[in-house]
Amino acid sequence: MRVDEKPIYEGTFTVTGGNFDNAGEVSSNIKSVLKRIGLSGDVVRKASLVAYESEINIVSYARKGMIRLRVVPDCILIEAIDEGQGIADIELAMQPGYSTATERIREMGFGAGMGLCNIKSFSDTFLISSEVGKGTHLKMIIKTNHSSLNS
Amino acid sequence: MTLREIKELLDAEVLVGQNQMDKEVKSAFVADLMSDVLAFATAGSLLITGLTNPQVVRTADVLDIAAIIMGRGKRPSPETFQLAEELKIPLLTTKYILFEISGRLYAKGIRGCIEKVGSK
Repeated sequence: MRVDEKPIYEGTFTVTGGNFDNAGEVSSNIKSVLKRIGLSGDVVRKASLVAYESEINIVSYARKGMIRLRVVPDCILIEAIDEGQGIADIELAMQPGYSTATERIREMGFGAGMGLCNIKSFSDTFLISSEVGKGTHLKMIIKTNHSSLNS
Repeated sequence: MTLREIKELLDAEVLVGQNQMDKEVKSAFVADLMSDVLAFATAGSLLITGLTNPQVVRTADVLDIAAIIMGRGKRPSPETFQLAEELKIPLLTTKYILFEISGRLYAKGIRGCIEKVGSK
């Protein structure tokens, strides 16, 4: 996977913390972009899912953040970068079922401690770093299927 | 089964997607937890749920879900309804509880989009 290749698409999407009503809007936009590029349905679904769980995390736990999307012929790079409370124990946060979600988050059908596990399992590469009181940085790579590209 | 047949079977009301009633479905997933829907539901399946917020529609959109069925008489919030219209995702509501919805659909040949977790 060569992430540094000349991008087919590059963009940054702003996500506002606490804006539950619009949670998912950025991921819908990302999905439209990926569909327009002509990637296969399976790849688009995986990438949208990863973007969506990341977006839900920013809305739920951060003050603000952004999702960066970079598409190169071999893969899709998605980065979710936020300014917020950060994660004290990443190993614990990665455990299925572990959650610090509020009632508001659970009402949306999230906050069952599955978000990071889902992001990891649908990505081909997953990197996470976090600093308490500063924020969290997720980096995901999803391989594309070359033949699925029209261009 | 077509969405039209499902509508009849479940005595459902079609709130969004009246023009998509010929769409065929073969599988379904039932959950109120959207993270589990994201983990396990497959493209083209029905999403049967008791949740009514916009994230149900967002989740359905991300996964290319064929249609959303809200059970136990649940109706979408105005924001949810509007989003389903915008994204053109069929949305049905029925008074049957989720167990009855599942049983009735299963009897007509609709299957779970996966049988067990880990068997994807």
